[in-house]
Amino acid sequence: MSGESVISVKNLKTYFYSENRCNKAVNGVSFEIERGRTLCVVGESGCGKSVTASSIMQLLPKLSRIEEGEIVYHSETQGDIVLSKLKKNGKEMRSLRGKDIAMIFQDPMTALNPVYKVGWQIMENILQHEDVTKEEARKRTLDLLIQMGIPEPEKRIDQYPHEYSGGMRQRAVIAMAMSCNPKVLLADEPTTALDVTIQAQIFELMESLKKEHNTAILLITHDMGVVSEMADDVIVMYMGNVIESGTAREVLKNPVHPYTRALLASIPILGKGKEQQIEPIRGMTPNPHNRPKGCQFEPRCDFSCDTCRESMPGEEILEGTHMVRCHCWREVPRE
Amino acid sequence: MSEKRNPILTLRNMQVHFPVKGKKAVVKAVDGIDLVVYEGETLGLVGESGCGKTTLGKATLQLIRPTGGEAIFEFADGPQDLRKMSNKELDKARKEMQIVFQDPQSSLNPSFTIFQSMSDPLKKFGVKSKEERRKIVGDLLEEVNMQREYMDRYPTEFSGGQRQRIGIARALLINPRLIVCDEAVSALDVSIQAQVLNLLNKLKEERGLTYIFISHDLSVIEYISDRVAVMYLGKIMEIADADALYQEAMHPYTKALLSAIPVADIDHHKKRILLEGDVPSPMNMPSGCRFHTRCSQCQQICKEKVPEMKTYTIGGREHMVACHFSDEAYRNMEQQ
Repeated sequence: MSGESVISVKNLKTYFYSENRCNKAVNGVSFEIERGRTLCVVGESGCGKSVTASSIMQLLPKLSRIEEGEIVYHSETQGDIVLSKLKKNGKEMRSLRGKDIAMIFQDPMTALNPVYKVGWQIMENILQHEDVTKEEARKRTLDLLIQMGIPEPEKRIDQYPHEYSGGMRQRAVIAMAMSCNPKVLLADEPTTALDVTIQAQIFELMESLKKEHNTAILLITHDMGVVSEMADDVIVMYMGNVIESGTAREVLKNPVHPYTRALLASIPILGKGKEQQIEPIRGMTPNPHNRPKGCQFEPRCDFSCDTCRESMPGEEILEGTHMVRCHCWREVPRE
Repeated sequence: MSEKRNPILTLRNMQVHFPVKGKKAVVKAVDGIDLVVYEGETLGLVGESGCGKTTLGKATLQLIRPTGGEAIFEFADGPQDLRKMSNKELDKARKEMQIVFQDPQSSLNPSFTIFQSMSDPLKKFGVKSKEERRKIVGDLLEEVNMQREYMDRYPTEFSGGQRQRIGIARALLINPRLIVCDEAVSALDVSIQAQVLNLLNKLKEERGLTYIFISHDLSVIEYISDRVAVMYLGKIMEIADADALYQEAMHPYTKALLSAIPVADIDHHKKRILLEGDVPSPMNMPSGCRFHTRCSQCQQICKEKVPEMKTYTIGGREHMVACHFSDEAYRNMEQQ
């Protein structure tokens, strides 16, 4: 990865505690988010994608905490800020959250408050972070709604979320996230609940924001199609670890880790018709309370060896920025 | 599929209209659908949310009674209109048609074991002895790649993919000929999705089943279907063989839909056709062609006249389109 990073995550470990057990949801994750680039995080449900994003935003639930590692935000004006050391609801975190770092959630209906008008909810963020009058904030909200392509913005600004359609709600949430021109946008499966035609609209919007404001985007998804369309860089996660990372081209064109390959082989690709073979990944993701001792993917892997059962492989750089965590990647047949 | 095809189900001008409480309006969820499903094929039904896919699926099985049109099913003793049958008479049809629901979590009763859930339909259709029922359920579980012993467990003990396979096994209990799969893989993780899709294909081959496969995911539809019907706001816009539809879509809506799907191939660069705005409300249907509010090729005639379904024969195969400008699209295709 090249360029200027705006968020560095180093060896992040976020654990959840319940019933006297510990779930190592994120177990040593490192990556950089760079200005003007999109980093896609892929993986199956429960692999720790969303927890990573919530850790950056400091929006973790009560029974969890960042156990180790650090998240650094490289601010242009204030220098480096270690987010993981800030108090969750302290003044500093609150002044960054929503202003420098903003987040879009998966389900726009639960992200919006049903009893407040949409316009008010967007305005609130502007008023909170910037020294503007109510009139100015309202005008900016209106501009945002126009920018997002919401029809009849003068009317829509005073409507409640239930009066919006699904796509419009998500656009309102994006408007809210973009209201203070954030440096980093964390998008947690922003289009999973939406139709493909609406998804295309939202992506178009995110691309233009990236171009115009040089925003760094962290896009969480489980859809490999979305990755190849949107990503500059990719990290593939499995059971709380990054198992492969690199630029989109490196990872998608030349996947090395058996899990990445299996994931790519399990989805039907548009345009290949009925002739294509899709292969399910055998078995299931292990129970997070009862993990394999060594490599987390070992029980489902076709290429595992004794070393895999014993120890978690370390990071290995193949070429450029292409990183893989696998003992046996040399044995995996290449096409 | 060039050999003679026998229709198993014929829908003629099928309508499902829901009255709206307190208002005069009606929601036209399904608004005049003509469709033939042939024996042994997988018909994919695709469209955006709210276009009436699920309603059409349920109306076919008479789980929602259609408000108009005919649904003719070819029983062993001749064709019969399902809409004219009473609830009691429909028992006969239930033996032939089953459904697999989207959410395997809510379609299995959490306080019943798998055997209890699956044994009722068998009882109803005359398998009296418990041993026999246990044998049938066990065999079916094995057929969907699960262990016999699982029948005494509760739904919570299974993962999403396993539950969906149980849902499929349940639909197969009484040897139906037609199965409606309503978003059967949408709730599953990608790696599990492949498992269920391959299972459906295997069962179809072994038992000669016919599927109506409803999904919003065009890649999945392409993988599993022989023919595909594209729905928009309660009407069918285009029907063709799967490969023909994906290679040479004629309707502007199908084209836009296909262009909007992200493809998992980084060298695949295509031009996205962006559709403006959202699907209009089915309570307040646009005049003329119902797609005209979002169509890039919209002309005056589209706003005034409802286009009729036209049938073209391309390479010996049927390709049906409802668009005023399908003739032009056809000519363009011939020139190429």
